[in-house]
Amino acid sequence: MIHDMQVEDIVGDYREASLQCYGAITRKVYYTQIETPYPDGKLIVSTSTPDGVITHVNRAFVEMSGYREEELLGAPHAILRHPDMPAAAFKDLWDTIQRGEKWQGYVKNLRKDGGFYWVKATVIPNIRGGQLASYTSVRRKPSRTKVEEAMQLYSTLS
Amino acid sequence: MTLQFTVSPDFAPDRLSGWYIFNTWLQKQTGEAIHLELYNDFQSQRNAIAAGKVDLIYANPFDAAMLVREHGFLPLVKAINTADEALIAVRAESGITDVAQLQPGVRVAFTSHPDVHLIGMIMLEPADLGSDNIVPVAADSYVLVAKHLLKGEAEAGIFPAQAYDNLSAMVKSQLKVLVRSQISVIHHALLAGPRLQARRAEIQALLINMNADAKAVEILKSLDFGGWEAVADEAMEFMIDLMDTLNT
Ligand SMILES: Cc1cc2nc3c(=O)[nH]c(=O)nc-3n(C[C@H](O)[C@H](O)[C@H](O)COP(=O)(O)O)c2cc1C
Repeated sequence: MIHDMQVEDIVGDYREASLQCYGAITRKVYYTQIETPYPDGKLIVSTSTPDGVITHVNRAFVEMSGYREEELLGAPHAILRHPDMPAAAFKDLWDTIQRGEKWQGYVKNLRKDGGFYWVKATVIPNIRGGQLASYTSVRRKPSRTKVEEAMQLYSTLS
Repeated sequence: MTLQFTVSPDFAPDRLSGWYIFNTWLQKQTGEAIHLELYNDFQSQRNAIAAGKVDLIYANPFDAAMLVREHGFLPLVKAINTADEALIAVRAESGITDVAQLQPGVRVAFTSHPDVHLIGMIMLEPADLGSDNIVPVAADSYVLVAKHLLKGEAEAGIFPAQAYDNLSAMVKSQLKVLVRSQISVIHHALLAGPRLQARRAEIQALLINMNADAKAVEILKSLDFGGWEAVADEAMEFMIDLMDTLNT
């Protein structure tokens, strides 16, 4: 389940965009220029079903995304999709993990309040009894130079 | 058949007798002959594991993947309310207030404890630092990591949070913490090897019930543990996957 963002949740001046989610439904998002710094020393962790529906989030995930845990569980990870993120990055993510490999990359995430935060994400398939059971993403604090490189690259892709 | 028990070489030296007492208690409770073999370093312990010379291990989370996925170990318990956290400290008088100010070529003191090192290196990454552009200063103990900082032989040190907190007030007053991890899901655990698995549930129950017995509570105290809690197979697998994401 994924809904349009709500204007009343947004903090600060915002712009509007429409995102295609799962290449099918359209989601209206509002986004601001307000960055929330990555919390030092923490990891942001979530797990999803093989098709990307969130089944577990840790406290840092809840705090950074601005959503309540109940809003996140059962939603697709695309609930964090920022309009500045190129589709190619997520295609690469899905292609990699569906081959059973680890994916690593820099991601700009959209908060419920329209703000954003950058992470260095590592997504791995969770293999149990030889079968794909789920995917887990572990995010850590990125370096500023890596974020700037990613911004540069993504602006040429989107 | 004598079963072989070993403990991750990063245990605090003052817990040494505690582990022997725990082993004696375990032998009495299980009626098994169990030999406690302590290795000086992680590599010799890993060699013993590879040679099939370990049946029970209080394992560092870094080695859990190898133990569970390559050697068929299964989790029994972890110490209640414990997690392996690390921190980065510098000299108190240093002008550095943020990890991001550390520059390539910085001398970083640390010990060979693999989980703490891994978490510490993750916390240096925001400064674009990695094993290829720091100057490592190897130390045999955390007290020596602190000494390297105080003597100016290293600019930054990686400590396990708990060991840092236990440094003397005098030493701590001359250091400052730049960043402390708050991961909370990485921990040591007691694991059972293939020869012990027929009795796994029984041993797990014995351990969990230790804090219901006054004498056993004393043994736990000598290990500085408040008790044991069960670790489910999936919780162990999850921790292993998480360590795997941090390893790259
Ligand atoms: C475990 C896992 C974690 C993910 N985390 C994020 C995330 O934090 N932010 C994000 O925008 N997409 C994340 N994705 C990718 C989304 O599933 C999705 O592909 C992306 O948001 C683009 O949306 P779309 O595929 O609907 O176009 C994650 C995927 C997986 C499998």
